[in-house]
Amino acid sequence: MRRQHILKGDDRRIWLIIAAIALLGVLILPLSQALFGLRFSYTVRVVALGGAILGLISGALGCFAVLRRESLLGDALSHAALPGVAIAFLLAGRELGPLLIGAGIASWLSLRFVAALLATTRLKQDAALGIALASFFAAGIALLAYIQSIPDAGQAGLDHFIFGQAAAIIESDVRLVSAVGIAVLLVLALFWKEFKLVTFDPEFAGANGFRSGRLNALLSTLIVVTIVLGLQLAGVILMVGMLIAPGVAARQWTHKLDQMVILAAVFGAFSGGVGAVVSALDSDIPTGPTIIVAAFALVLISLAFAPGRGLVWSRMRARTNRRRLAARNTLRDLYRYALAHGASDAAVPDAFIRGVGDGSAELGLRELRAGGLATLDAAGWRLSPSGIELARRRRRNQQLWDLYRLHADELGLPVLDADSQSDIATRLPPAAVAKLEKLLPESAEA
Amino acid sequence: MDTRQSFALSVDDLTVAYDEKPAIWDIDLDVPAGVLMAIVGPNGAGKSTLIKAALNLIPRAAGTVAFYGEPYERARPLVGYVPQRGSVDWDFPTSVLDVVTMGLYGKLGWFRRPGRAQRELALAALEQVGLLEYADRQISQLSGGQQQRTFLARALVQDAQIYFMDEPFAAVDAVTENAIVNILRELNKRGKTVLVVHHDLQTVAEYFDWVTLLNVEVIASGRTSETFTLANLRKTYGGRVSTLHGGQLLAASAT
Repeated sequence: MRRQHILKGDDRRIWLIIAAIALLGVLILPLSQALFGLRFSYTVRVVALGGAILGLISGALGCFAVLRRESLLGDALSHAALPGVAIAFLLAGRELGPLLIGAGIASWLSLRFVAALLATTRLKQDAALGIALASFFAAGIALLAYIQSIPDAGQAGLDHFIFGQAAAIIESDVRLVSAVGIAVLLVLALFWKEFKLVTFDPEFAGANGFRSGRLNALLSTLIVVTIVLGLQLAGVILMVGMLIAPGVAARQWTHKLDQMVILAAVFGAFSGGVGAVVSALDSDIPTGPTIIVAAFALVLISLAFAPGRGLVWSRMRARTNRRRLAARNTLRDLYRYALAHGASDAAVPDAFIRGVGDGSAELGLRELRAGGLATLDAAGWRLSPSGIELARRRRRNQQLWDLYRLHADELGLPVLDADSQSDIATRLPPAAVAKLEKLLPESAEA
Repeated sequence: MDTRQSFALSVDDLTVAYDEKPAIWDIDLDVPAGVLMAIVGPNGAGKSTLIKAALNLIPRAAGTVAFYGEPYERARPLVGYVPQRGSVDWDFPTSVLDVVTMGLYGKLGWFRRPGRAQRELALAALEQVGLLEYADRQISQLSGGQQQRTFLARALVQDAQIYFMDEPFAAVDAVTENAIVNILRELNKRGKTVLVVHHDLQTVAEYFDWVTLLNVEVIASGRTSETFTLANLRKTYGGRVSTLHGGQLLAASAT
C-alpha cells in the first residue's frame, strides 16, 4: 500500500511538470509582450502556433521511434523525403499539400527500400539505412540544383526544406498540418493498446492474434506522416532531432508510456513553438537548428536532473546508499566484536574497527555517531542502547530470512523474493513469521 | 473421432529453414492432452524455432500444426505463450501489472481497453507467482527471476489450454524455479498441457512426465520414464552426454 502512495506522488509530479510547461508555452507570447515590450506580428503568432502543433505531433509519435530503437530510421526517412519534395514541385508547383505528398511518397519508398535491402542482401540495418539516406538525399540535392537552374523556379525557396524555415509558414499551412496531425493522433489513440503491445513484445503480440507486421507498418506510416508534416519547419536534416529529442527527454521523467507520450508532446510543442518564434524574428536564422537547440536543452536538463534516472539524482542516491551500507556493516561488526568480548555494550578498540572491511568503517562510524547509535570514549567505540537494539533486530531479521530460505517449502510459506534487507514481518503474514521464529536457535545473546 | 483431436498438439512434417539450412526438419510430433512436456536438445537444435513455427510467428517451409484438431487461427484462444525473457527490452516504460494485463489483450480484441475486470485477473495472476506487491513496480527494477515470473503471470491470465514456454528456467534464482515448478504442477492438475523448452537435464525426470528430444529432427518423444534414456540422449547430444551427466541421468531414468 505504501508503495502505491509513493507512485501516486510520482504521478502527481509528472502531471505538474506537464501542466507547468504547457502553461508556460501558452503564456510565453503574452508574457514576453508584457515583460519585455516585444511586439509579435500576426505572422509570428501563426508561426508559433504551427511550430507548437508540429512539435506536439512529432513529440508524441517520436516516443515510439525512440522505444523501437528506430531513431536512425527516422533520420533516413526524413532525408529521403527531399527528392519527393523536388519532384512534386516540378509536377505540381509550390503548393504545400502536393509537396508534402511527394515527400511522403519518397520517404515511404525509402522505408520499403531499406526493408528490401535487409530482406534480399546480407547487409546489416545500419548499412542499409546509410545507403538509403545517402542515395535519396543526394538525388534530392541534385534535383534541387536542377530546379534552381530553371528560370523563375529558383525563387520557390525549396532549399528551405533542407534546414527548415518557419517564416514561410502561413495560416493555411497551419490548418493543413493541424488536420493531418489530429488524424495521426486519433489513429494513435485508437490503436494505443496494440501499439504498446507490439512495441514492447512483438512475438507475444503475434501469438495473441495481433499481426505485428501490419501494426508495425501502420506505426511506421504514422511516423512517416509525422516526419513529412514537420519538414517545412525543421528541415530534412534535423527533423530526426525534433522527432526523438522530446521522447528522450520525457523518458527520463516517467516510467509510464502514456505519461511519456503526453510529456513528449508538451516538450515538443514547447521547443517547436519557441524555435519557430526565435527564427521568425530574424529571417537569417534557420528554424530547424533553433528548434533542435531548444529541444536538446530539454534533453540535457532531463538527463541531468530527472529524479530516478538523472545523473545528479543517481550520484546522490549512490552516495546515500554507500553511507547506509557502511553504517549497516559497521554496526554489525561492532555488535559482533562486543558480543565476542563479553557484553553487547563492550568497548571496541578504534584501531580494530577501522581495520575491518574495505576502509568504509570510517564512513560507517561517522554515520553511527551522528545517529546516536555508537559513541567513542577512551576505551574505544561503544554501542548505545538504541544501537544495540537495532543491531539485535537486524541480526534476528537476517536469521529469519535464512530460515525462510531453508524451510519455506516444508512450512508451506508463500513465495517471496529473498530480500534480507527488508523487515521480514512486513513481507510475510504474522502466522508465517511465528512459524519461522519457532525455528530460531535458543538465543545466546547477552 | 479424428485421431488428431485426441492430441493437444499435433505436428506433421514441419520444416523451417533460415537461409538454406533447415532449422528443424520434418518434425512429426503428437502431444497428448494434459502432459507436462520438456523439449530438450543441444544449442541450435531448433527448440525455440519449433515453438515459434507452431505459433505461426515464423514462416514454415512445409508441414501442418493442429491444436486439439484445429488449425492455429481457430485455436488461438486455447494457446498461451511465454517467450524468452531476453526477447524484450525490460527498460520499456511500463509497470508489472501492465505487462501482465497484456495477456488479456488477445481476448479483448482490437480497440477495446482493459478495465477493472482485467485488472482483477492480472492481480490474481501476480499473487499466484508471488509478485503481488510488485504490481506497480516499473519493470526495469525487477530481477531476472521476477521478470520471468511476470511473463509467467501474463501467460496465466491468458487462461489457455496449452502453454508454450521458451526457457522459463534459464538463469533464474531458486525462489523463481520453485514458483515456476509449482505453477507447472498446478496447471497440470487442472488438465492443461504445457510444453517447456528446458536446458537442465538433471531436473527433466523430476519436473516433467513427457519429453521430446530434439536435434533438428525429433530423436524421440514420449513418456519420460521410457524416453529419457541414456541411449536417446546420446543420439541427441552426441557421445559427450555420458561423461557429462551419465551418473545422475542413469539414476534419474531408472526411477
